[in-house]
Amino acid sequence: MSEALRAIFVRDLKIAFRAGGGAGVGVVFFLALVTVVPFAVGPDMPLLSRIGPAILWIGALLATLLGLDRIFSADREDGSLDVMMLSTTPLELIAVAKGLAHWVATGLPLTIAAPLFGLLLGIEPAALGTVTLTLLIGTPAITFLGLVGAALAVALPRGGLLVAVLILPLTIPVLIFGVAASAGTGPVPFDTSLKFVAALSLFALVLGPVASAAALRHIRE
Amino acid sequence: MRLIAERLGLVRGGRRLFQDVGFALGVGEALAVTGPNGAGKSSLLRLIAGLLRPSEGRVTLEGGPEDRTTGTVAHFVGHLDGVKGALTASENLEFMRAILGGRPNGSSPLATLGLGRLADVPAGMFSAGQKRRLALARLLTAPRPLWLLDEPLTALDAEGQTLFASLARAHLSRGGLVVAATHAPLGIDGARELKLGGGA
Repeated sequence: MSEALRAIFVRDLKIAFRAGGGAGVGVVFFLALVTVVPFAVGPDMPLLSRIGPAILWIGALLATLLGLDRIFSADREDGSLDVMMLSTTPLELIAVAKGLAHWVATGLPLTIAAPLFGLLLGIEPAALGTVTLTLLIGTPAITFLGLVGAALAVALPRGGLLVAVLILPLTIPVLIFGVAASAGTGPVPFDTSLKFVAALSLFALVLGPVASAAALRHIRE
Repeated sequence: MRLIAERLGLVRGGRRLFQDVGFALGVGEALAVTGPNGAGKSSLLRLIAGLLRPSEGRVTLEGGPEDRTTGTVAHFVGHLDGVKGALTASENLEFMRAILGGRPNGSSPLATLGLGRLADVPAGMFSAGQKRRLALARLLTAPRPLWLLDEPLTALDAEGQTLFASLARAHLSRGGLVVAATHAPLGIDGARELKLGGGA
């Protein structure tokens, strides 16, 4: 069973990082957004550094949503999802392996790029550290909530927009507490917000795979 | 081991594909499912694999492992090959082996299917026939008694079709079961035929 899960994880990573896999798309989109914002806001460094963490979080959220709909639909289109359904490995665990691979291919690169891109927004060094930490803890929540949307829209051609519309409201709490923790401006202290982000991630890690497996089983009807 | 289908019926999208389909298949027996396009051959195979739920009736596997569903003792090679173009032939096959719970056996299935020299070539470069051979290679990576094959001969050349027939015969002689949807003769002696949608 663990061999099957490792195989899924490694395969999805290989596909993501090879030519045309799309692992870099999120980071490039993230960079584009972060570069454009200072031009739109204007030469107001204090304002920019104040909204910087929020911009990074919005960028990371949208960049994660970008490739989310392909998690299951790519496998359904070429028939490999059928083979996974015939595995003795529970579908819930398969969803965990696919979610983890997707996070390593998109969420993790975004987190690593965040401190670098934060410089473009004039964020203070100390704040760069906290925003990176909140992204590291918070992006898994976005990926695993997105897993549910990806599974629900698996049979729909061009379901990307639907997945974004379904998932975006669910990610709002992550965004609120993530930005509150990284900007230190929320109504509650830093570590309380951070704990909320961690709790939301753990919640999504458990619920996401169970819900997406249920959605995938439903297409048998 | 016996595969038994009782009074199977399927309605999809408000349209009745078939009803009252039944058969019993024992060890070493092959069943060719035939019928015109749209008669429900592929759906019947998906139904046996458990990838689709029947509207009526049921499929049971008698004498199989107690704790396994029919799908988890079956190989399903549908009209889609399940091949990832970004991965090489051996990476594709290794993935399928791990998913289906087979033991590591090197690249011998690739060699058997005539893809030995292409093991390290990305499957995206393969022709339709080569992809089909790669899909069929997974039948050999993990021993599962029931083979569910949807148009297995599609895109295969004459040599490939003969090769498939010999693989299927070997599987049957080892006590396997084969259910194949097909338009062309499978080349398996004594294969029974189930005709769907014939004037019904």
